[in-house]
Amino acid sequence: MAGAVAIEITKLVKQFGSTPAVDGLDLVIREGEVFGLLGPNGAGKTTTLKILTTLLRPTSGTVSIFGHDVVGEADAVRQLIGYVPQERAVDRLLTAREHLELFAGLYHLPPDVAATRIQEALRLVDLADRVNAPVGKFSGGMKKRVEIACGLLHQPRILFLDEPTLGLDVQSRGQVWDRIRRLKQQGMTVVINSNYLDEADHLCDRLAIIDRGKLRALGSPQELKRGLGGDIVTVTLAKPIGQPLELRRALQAIDGVGEVSVDGTAARLALAREAGLNTIVEQVQRAGGELQAVHYTHPTLEEVFVHYTGHKIREEAIQ
Amino acid sequence: MNRYWQETGALTLRWFRRMMRERMTLIFGLFQPMLWLLLFGSSFKNVASPQAIGTDNYIAFMTAGVVVMTVLNSGFAGGVDLIFDRETGFLDRLLASPIARSSIIVSRFLFVMALSALQILVILGTALLLHVVPATGLSGVGAILLVGVLLGVGLTALSLGLAFKISSHSGFFSLVGFITLPLIFVSSALVSIEHMPVWLKVIAVLNPMTWTINAVRSLILDGWFWAQLVKVIVALIVFDVGCVTLSSRILRRAVG
Repeated sequence: MAGAVAIEITKLVKQFGSTPAVDGLDLVIREGEVFGLLGPNGAGKTTTLKILTTLLRPTSGTVSIFGHDVVGEADAVRQLIGYVPQERAVDRLLTAREHLELFAGLYHLPPDVAATRIQEALRLVDLADRVNAPVGKFSGGMKKRVEIACGLLHQPRILFLDEPTLGLDVQSRGQVWDRIRRLKQQGMTVVINSNYLDEADHLCDRLAIIDRGKLRALGSPQELKRGLGGDIVTVTLAKPIGQPLELRRALQAIDGVGEVSVDGTAARLALAREAGLNTIVEQVQRAGGELQAVHYTHPTLEEVFVHYTGHKIREEAIQ
Repeated sequence: MNRYWQETGALTLRWFRRMMRERMTLIFGLFQPMLWLLLFGSSFKNVASPQAIGTDNYIAFMTAGVVVMTVLNSGFAGGVDLIFDRETGFLDRLLASPIARSSIIVSRFLFVMALSALQILVILGTALLLHVVPATGLSGVGAILLVGVLLGVGLTALSLGLAFKISSHSGFFSLVGFITLPLIFVSSALVSIEHMPVWLKVIAVLNPMTWTINAVRSLILDGWFWAQLVKVIVALIVFDVGCVTLSSRILRRAVG
């Protein structure tokens, strides 16, 4: 997380008419991280992404990409970034190879370099014998692979993906995630827009939760979840225990355990860090408790989202 | 400059590749003008009196009209592909690359101009098979191509402007469909303007299609009339400058 600053967003505002789509956003994204912008549809994620990719001009505030201003030095920025938009942004009449040839021209690659990279990209997208078929008949996953290959052809330092797995089947989703993880291993900075919480949870090093144009929370998925109080272990006993206070003290002494409450037939432990379930069970039995059940619950990113925005991500997405 | 031609070339190649994939559109685009000549020409030739059109060969008279109608159709269709690019988000991909914004527009012009020139040659070739030989010969064909392409530039510019002004492709097609036929009928495409009612004549004289048709017709039927030809070329250049200025204002607002 100590990488150089890749993207610096300062007091960013974008207004459409009188309604602000982005309302004073400050954010620093570092080189080499997979960063997620998380929020419901209409939260301002796509607008933010379009400003970062030079497609929209900010109303006020500044954005710089590796020190280049997205408005004043748009061409320098465009050379440094790859962009995979939300829609199935392919030309259904062109083949995969023709897509790559088009983008080789748009990024001014010399012919010999273009030839090598296109060969390499076609191998990576793994279309087997369909290299020369128009992409219109491809599955969603195949189209997405072509799109990502086009976005990487000029070897950008940052790749932007807007809803990369929207509408994809489970298998294709997994393939896109794998591809993104491999890019991270190669040192690429990746910025993802998503309203899938599991995607953000699995894939992103850090997340910004955005709602109504404002930053609501920022941190790694673990940090955000821990911020809500960490994991909870609930121990249910078959019958009430003799010395509840003693049990409470014993449980609290376990390394990693935070707040503990014991009442009647239940002990509830909030974990500050990971703590061994075995040790917890041992302590309960040593205090004479007869175990009936043990529940272990993680706070989900969904709960984090509700906590910071006051509503669920999905319902908003459907509206 | 090299960079500019590399990106413009890549974009232009894309339009040609798209056209080659849409075989049906391509075939109809080339055959429709031939049908115009064959069907309309055959059915109208006994209706149109030689005094009204100034020649006894209606197919020769109509060839100029078909040339310009074809340029009109191709020019007005010039913006369509960009509407689809806008709707699919592909345009954003193009705009996120380090290209001059104008290269997208220039590539459309190059494509439409090449397509129109090809169509004009097919029409003149068909006319030749129907024994219509241009009075000005091979250099006359060159002049017809020049005049046709000049009209096409202005129409393509209008279409591109419209593509960014209108929000959906169905709206675009409705509008273009609505204005195309009337534009043909208020021109000298099918009849000579001398025989139109006065109010129609006034509109027809202001219609850039009429200027182009008359120039092309004169090259086919009569021979070289330099004064008229130069006048039409200048008028078309003025028309083009007007259209390009209007559209570039819209485009600059749309693609920054």
